[in-house]
Amino acid sequence: MKKIILGLTATIAAATLAAVPASAHRQWMLPSATVLSGDDVWVTVDAAISNDLFYFEHHPMRLDSVKAWAPDGSEAPIENQATGRYRSTFDVHLTQKGTWRIASLSDGLMGSYDLNGKTERLPRGTTTANLAERLPAGASNVRTAESNNRNEIFVTVGEPTTTLFKPTGKGIELVPVTHPNDLFAGEAATFQFLLDGKPAAGLPVTVIPGGIRYRDQLGQIDLTTGADGKVEITWPEPGMYWLNVTTPRAPREEGAAAPQRRASYVTTLEVLAP
Amino acid sequence: MQLRPHTLLIGGSLSAALVVPVLAAAPATMDVTVTIPRLKVAEYHRPYVAIWVEKAGAPAKTVAVWYDHDMKNNEGTKWLRDVRQWWRASGRSMSFPANGVTGATRAPGTHKISFSRVQLGATAPGAYVLVIEAAREVGGRELLRIPFTWPAKAGAGGRAAGKTELGAVSVAFR
Repeated sequence: MKKIILGLTATIAAATLAAVPASAHRQWMLPSATVLSGDDVWVTVDAAISNDLFYFEHHPMRLDSVKAWAPDGSEAPIENQATGRYRSTFDVHLTQKGTWRIASLSDGLMGSYDLNGKTERLPRGTTTANLAERLPAGASNVRTAESNNRNEIFVTVGEPTTTLFKPTGKGIELVPVTHPNDLFAGEAATFQFLLDGKPAAGLPVTVIPGGIRYRDQLGQIDLTTGADGKVEITWPEPGMYWLNVTTPRAPREEGAAAPQRRASYVTTLEVLAP
Repeated sequence: MQLRPHTLLIGGSLSAALVVPVLAAAPATMDVTVTIPRLKVAEYHRPYVAIWVEKAGAPAKTVAVWYDHDMKNNEGTKWLRDVRQWWRASGRSMSFPANGVTGATRAPGTHKISFSRVQLGATAPGAYVLVIEAAREVGGRELLRIPFTWPAKAGAGGRAAGKTELGAVSVAFR
């Protein structure tokens, strides 16, 4: 019980950063639909941090760093934003045909420095950009590591497109071998994951079907990326799935000085019935 | 374009031609009979229905889509994706209204529609599948498949029977 409460406080504190390493609770965005037709198309997205998927029962996801991109790469507005007690919600007007990306990205810098013979940790919210101003005068032996957290979803109007999947080379990114908006139960899908632009071998991939509240077993699918960064997932049934990839944490050694590079990736995938 | 299938047709039907002298009457049209069942439900909307043709190695060809095509601002297209196998196979790469394909939703009862070989995209001889999928607002979805080959024999072709959103569906050639 104590452990849970501790985790909870940590999440609330970290929630202000918008993207949380998915180790404690699960952060997710849930679109009203991922496969859309029509001429005047909107999608509504719920965003929350919770234990059960996809129930908003714990904490809303902050929308500060949520952005949307149209198929042509241009940024599109996040409309009708609201953050309630348990969830945030917003709309995106899908004014172009093709595949859209809606993402919450947070990049940070973790690490420590020595000052007056003591080791201090870098304050929360430190980034590569503000590191210099955050370091007090006289700080020495600065050790840093980047953390990149990406939580993104895809929605498609009409035919799926892949124009938005050009990697940025930062953090963990998904490259579609199978398009994430073309998933059907009983079929196998292949995704490739990149870490800092390069195929990420040996990364653990966790896939959990939604609807946890009404079943006894979690139904978690554990996979590991191959040498080429690819994983193949066969969808057992239709529904919304939560997918998480996180760089594994090396066992912490006593007095270990070097902070670790961390990256996490979260997406919600809709699998349709055949 | 016309010549090659024709030559093949004659070659392939040579033995049949000896028995049946009316080679000229080789079927050129497929009649599809679709029954939309009458359902006792509190809220009934006519189903969206898509009919398309599949052939291994070729893109699916939509031959008919019945939907709310006359709503203002083309709003009826919002639900086309609910005819989800068709949407994946063909619909999502089309624009609407689609010429010669778009039609109004049909009432419960039996409907006959006819397609030429060209409309069906079945100019090349071979094995095809006629697929019909119905999805109803606040209701269910059902899909039926009827294989056929071209050249076809005149008269009744395949049939299939739905259980929920579709009744009997059959094809005939003339």
